[in-house]
Amino acid sequence: MSERITRDEVIHVARLARLDLSDAEIDEFAHQMSDILDHAADIEALDVGDIEPTSHPLPMVNVFRADERRPSLDRDEVLGVAPAEQDGQFRVPPILGEER
Amino acid sequence: MSPHEPTLPDEWELVVGLEVHVELATRTKLFCGCANEFSTDPNTNVCPVCLGLPGSLPVMNGKAVDYAMKLGRALGCEVHGSVMARKNYFYPDMAKDYQTTQYDKPTSMDGELVLSDGAVVGIERAHIEEDAGKTTHIGGGGRINDAMFSLVDYNRAGVPLVEVVSRPDIRTIDHAKAYVNELRDILLAIEVSDAKMEEGSMRVDANVSVRPVGSEELRTRCELKNINSVRSMGRAIEYEAQRHVDLYNSGEAPRQETRHWDEDGGRSTPGRSKEDADDYRYFQEPDLVPLEPSAADVAAIDASLPVLPAARRARLADLSGVGPDVLSTVVERGQDGLALDAIEAGADADKVLTRLQNDVAVDDWSNLTPPLLAALIRMETSGELTATQAKQVLSDMVESGGDPATIASGRGFEAMESNELEGLVDQLIADNPDEWIRFTSGDDGEQKKMQGFFTGQIMKATNGQADGRAIAQLLAAKGS
Ligand SMILES: [Zn+2]
Repeated sequence: MSERITRDEVIHVARLARLDLSDAEIDEFAHQMSDILDHAADIEALDVGDIEPTSHPLPMVNVFRADERRPSLDRDEVLGVAPAEQDGQFRVPPILGEER
Repeated sequence: MSPHEPTLPDEWELVVGLEVHVELATRTKLFCGCANEFSTDPNTNVCPVCLGLPGSLPVMNGKAVDYAMKLGRALGCEVHGSVMARKNYFYPDMAKDYQTTQYDKPTSMDGELVLSDGAVVGIERAHIEEDAGKTTHIGGGGRINDAMFSLVDYNRAGVPLVEVVSRPDIRTIDHAKAYVNELRDILLAIEVSDAKMEEGSMRVDANVSVRPVGSEELRTRCELKNINSVRSMGRAIEYEAQRHVDLYNSGEAPRQETRHWDEDGGRSTPGRSKEDADDYRYFQEPDLVPLEPSAADVAAIDASLPVLPAARRARLADLSGVGPDVLSTVVERGQDGLALDAIEAGADADKVLTRLQNDVAVDDWSNLTPPLLAALIRMETSGELTATQAKQVLSDMVESGGDPATIASGRGFEAMESNELEGLVDQLIADNPDEWIRFTSGDDGEQKKMQGFFTGQIMKATNGQADGRAIAQLLAAKGS
């Protein structure tokens, strides 16, 4: 069966997500992602010409909150669950080093 | 065009579009009740929503939507139903791994901005989105590409923004500057943002390309980021345009990318390569419902808008003959109401406006009421006060209030009788016969020099109260 998603596309998406995939994983995900698109294609085949597009599952619009302050979290508690912290901030690896 | 407008080689035309991020001056963030305020203490205004913790849900700040619609209408946009969208990307400045923004259905579309010289720049859209956190790159001199690691502060994450996207209608650096200044004035007038570029509450990215004069094509553009002031924007655009011209002239072409403006180095360097729009995998935000303002909502917003700067300048322009710079300054400072009332009270319009521009460059001019300003201007135009005296009296009026006649007599600024002045001139001529001969029979240069000498002497003798024009007339009459 012809795959809707090529290996190159998987590699591209993996790069955007900073994922390092093995060759076997690339094949596997290409296959899985193609299956998902096949399913979408089945739905796409239905004639929905008379149906209003749904922008949201709930029949509601304009749900607002007042511009009023609510308590924020305690910083020690927040940083306590972070993998690394420094000077009251989250410490993360340099993400963009690969993109020169 | 100002004399300092840098220009490209004649055969090239500059094409600029600006994207301006405006921080809205709400009390709280866009989707949570955390304070929307600048704090030097990192990660103190954070909660499960703006940290993207599992299970948290956003709720839209109604005030932010009001402000966004107000800005849209002030820019002459159509304001209609809109939906929020997720812009997916992997970067630690958003803990959620996506930014909630608007994509195919923005709140405001198709407006225009009229610059102070009358030029019109199209507005493509103005959409609501949340700000990202602040990352600091440590190691490698703070440059993003060389960082050892990064620190993230989420205080700014979730702060409400409107991104105003212009059409690529800007052709000169002066117009780019005028655009930013005008947008800032509008933001201040409608009170939705403090619009301080130096504090980051108004951030400008510039899309720059060039094309041969006469061509209508849009060539590859580069997006310049990290512009911190209007002046810096001018330098960045100039540099980038020249870089494109140089590339084309050497048979190459720029590639579409985001570039980082380095103010100290005076150059732009490549940043993140521009990901295609598809790569952001935009989709409608399932956790927020659509925004559907009614016609009555939009009408109410229109009714709440103040008279905008362009209209205020036009009103002054109708009454006076001063240039656009003077009008801009007076309107920018909010002194146009005062000027209009003083003109209404009978003062000379051009004098009122130029006096305000030149001599009332202060934050607080509340001591200066229209009748008092009008009285001062009348004293100046009638010759009761010289220009120098009027300036000094005005300065006193701004400083401590009071009416100009009292201040003038308190300072001893009685109008000098012309026979009194004439007596002084005669005395000086008698005391300085050599200089007088040089004045009457010297060449042009000599005559000018001696006129300066006599004028200086008279000013000295009168503590600067004599009228320079009257002295010149007297000298000319006596020398002929
Ligand atoms: Zn929050």
